[in-house]
Amino acid sequence: MLAQQLVNGLVVGSIYALFALGFTLMFGVLGVINLTYGFYLSIGAFLALFATQHGVSIWLALPFAALACGAIAVVVDGLLLTPLRRAKAPELASLMVTLGATLLLYSLANAALSTDIRRFPPSVIDGSAIDLLGVRVTLTQCLIVGSAGALVAALLWLMNGSRLGMGLRALAERPDTAALMGVNAGALVRLVSMISGGLAGACGVLIGLNYNAIQPYMGEVMMLKGFAVIILGGLGDIRGALVAGLIIGLLETLTAGYVASSVKDAVGFALLVLTLWIRPSGLFGRIAVKRA
Amino acid sequence: MITRRLALAAASFAAMIYAGAAAAQTPVTIGAIEILTGPNNKYGIAIKNGFDLALDEVNKAGGVLGAPLAIAYEDSAGNKDQALNAARQLIGGKKVPLILGPTLSNEMFAVGPIAVERKIPIVGTSTTANGITAIGPYVFRTSLPEADVVPVTLRTAKEKLGVKKVAVMYGNDDAFTKSGYDVMKAALEKLGIETLTTETFGGKDTDFSAQLTKIKSLNPDAIVVSALVEAGAGILLAKKALGIPDSVRVIGGNGLNSPQVPTVAREAADGTLVGSPWFIDKPDAANQKFVAAYKAKYNMDPDQFAAQAYDTLFIVAQAIKDAGAANPEKIRDALGKVKHNGVMGPFSFTPDRDPADTSGVVVIEMKGGKFQIFK
Repeated sequence: MLAQQLVNGLVVGSIYALFALGFTLMFGVLGVINLTYGFYLSIGAFLALFATQHGVSIWLALPFAALACGAIAVVVDGLLLTPLRRAKAPELASLMVTLGATLLLYSLANAALSTDIRRFPPSVIDGSAIDLLGVRVTLTQCLIVGSAGALVAALLWLMNGSRLGMGLRALAERPDTAALMGVNAGALVRLVSMISGGLAGACGVLIGLNYNAIQPYMGEVMMLKGFAVIILGGLGDIRGALVAGLIIGLLETLTAGYVASSVKDAVGFALLVLTLWIRPSGLFGRIAVKRA
Repeated sequence: MITRRLALAAASFAAMIYAGAAAAQTPVTIGAIEILTGPNNKYGIAIKNGFDLALDEVNKAGGVLGAPLAIAYEDSAGNKDQALNAARQLIGGKKVPLILGPTLSNEMFAVGPIAVERKIPIVGTSTTANGITAIGPYVFRTSLPEADVVPVTLRTAKEKLGVKKVAVMYGNDDAFTKSGYDVMKAALEKLGIETLTTETFGGKDTDFSAQLTKIKSLNPDAIVVSALVEAGAGILLAKKALGIPDSVRVIGGNGLNSPQVPTVAREAADGTLVGSPWFIDKPDAANQKFVAAYKAKYNMDPDQFAAQAYDTLFIVAQAIKDAGAANPEKIRDALGKVKHNGVMGPFSFTPDRDPADTSGVVVIEMKGGKFQIFK
C-alpha cells in the first residue's frame, strides 16, 4: 500500500508542479500575480477535447491546445497588463484587473459550455493500468510525471543556460535597464505569456486525461493549490515549484492514506501558513531587496 | 389565467363526454400547484402529465361522487412566493377541497403552513426533504424520502451479494451528500454490516486515489458512496484504475442514480447499485400498462415524477370517494386510510402522513451504460 500511495502522491505532486510552473514563471519574470492563469487550464482541456472529438489525435491536440492557450494568454496580457505596465501602476492594480477578467472569462465559459462534466473519448489514450510489482500505473500518469520533470529541466536551461534567459532575468531584475541594454522587453513579455499560457493549457489536457473531469471551473479549483505551491517553493522559482508541488502532493496523499482523508486539504494550506510564518520567501526564494 | 380557463374548459368537455352517471354534474375540482414554466418545468410537466393520464382513467371509470373529477392547475414557476399566491387563489377563490403539489420541497415549506392554517389537505408528490410532513396535520406526501430508499438498497446488497463489511466514502462539504451519509451510516448499523473505514472528499475533488488505495488494502465487500455525479464518476474511474475488483460493488445514494454517471465513467460504472422508488422496466402489469399509456399519450418515456403523480391521483380520488363529500376535513381523514396498489407498488400512509411501504423500491444496477433491475 505504501508504494502505491507514494505513486499516487508523485502523480498528484507532479500535477501541482506542472500547474505551478507557468504561474511562477509569470510572477518571476513579469512581476504580476495573474489570476487568469487558471482559466487557460480549463480552456486547454476543452480545446483538446473538441479537437479529439473531431478525430484529431491527442498527440496533435495537446500541442495545439498549448499553443492556443499561449496565444490567448498573450492577448489577455496585451489587453489588460501591458497598459498597466506602461502606466507604472502599483502591483495591486494588476491583481484587481486580472481578478475581474477571471470572473468574466469563467462566466463566459460557463454560459457557452455549461457546467456538465465531460471526458475525452476513451479511444484517445490507453486508459488501462499496468501492474508493476503490485503498484498500478497508467500511461497518462507516466506522461504527467515525465512531462513535469522534462519541463522543469527545459525551463531551467532556458532561464540559466541560454542567451534568451539572460534577457529574461534582466527583465525580471530591472525592466527599464534591460530595455536600455537592448533587450526587447515587449517581445520577451509576450514570450513569457506564451510559455506560461501554453504550460497551463498542456497541464489542463493532462489533468483532463487523467481524471476525465473536464468542466469550465477546473482551473479555478487548481488555483488555490497553485498558490500554496508557489509560496512554499518561493515566488518565481522554477525548482521551487517542482519541489513544493511534490511535497504537497505526497503529504496530502499520505495524510489521506494514513491519518484521515478529512484533513487532507488542510495539509497544503497549513504548509502555506507555516511558510509565510517561518520563511516568507519560500524554500528557494531570495529575499527581495529593493534598492533605491 | 388562460391555462386555468383551458383546464376548466377541458374538464367540462370531459364531463360532457363521460356522460353516464356524471351527466350535467358540476365537476369536483381539486387544485394543483406545479412548476409549469421556467428552468425546472420538466419536473412540473412530468407531474402534470402523470396527473392528467390518471384523471382520464378515473373519469372513464365514472369519476368521483357521481361527478367527473377535475384539476385546476396553477403555475409556481419554481418560485415560492408565486406558489404561495397560487395556494391562496386555489383555497380562497376556487374553494378547492384539496391541493396537489407543489413540486419542490422549499415551495412546500412556504405553502404547507397556509394549507394547515386553512385546514385544506395538501399532497406533495415530489417533496423528499426531511420535515415536510412535520409542517402540520394536513400535509401528506407520496414520494419516498432517500432515508427510506437507501436502507432497501443496502439490505438487498447484504441479502443477494452477502455484503458483510464495507468502506464508506462521502462528500463532507455538501448538505445533500452529508445527509445521504447519515442515512447510510444508520442503515449499515441497523443491518449489522461492518464499516471498515469512512473516508471523505470535497465535492470539487478530482483525485480519490489516496482514499481508494487505503480502501483497497482493507478488502471490503463493497464501497458505499454518497456523492454527486462529478465525484461519483471520479471515484468509479479511480476504483477501476487502482485495480479494485469488479466484484467489489459501489453502492450509491440517489446522487449516483443519473445517466451522467456512465457517460463519464463508462465501463467503470458497471455494477453500480442504487435504489429507486420507481423504475421504467418494472415488469408488473400495472406498471407496463402505465408506461404504454403514457408513451401513447405523450410520445415520450415517463419518469419517476410522472409515476409518482399518476399513483397519487388515484390515491386522492379514492379518498374523495371514501369521504363521500368534497369536504376537506373528511377527505383528510379518508386519505390516512387509503390503500392503493399502483405503479410504485403497494401504498398507504403512516400515521405521520408519509409513505408507509418501501416494498415498491427497486434496486437497479448499471450494465453497459444503462440501469437495469438488479436480480
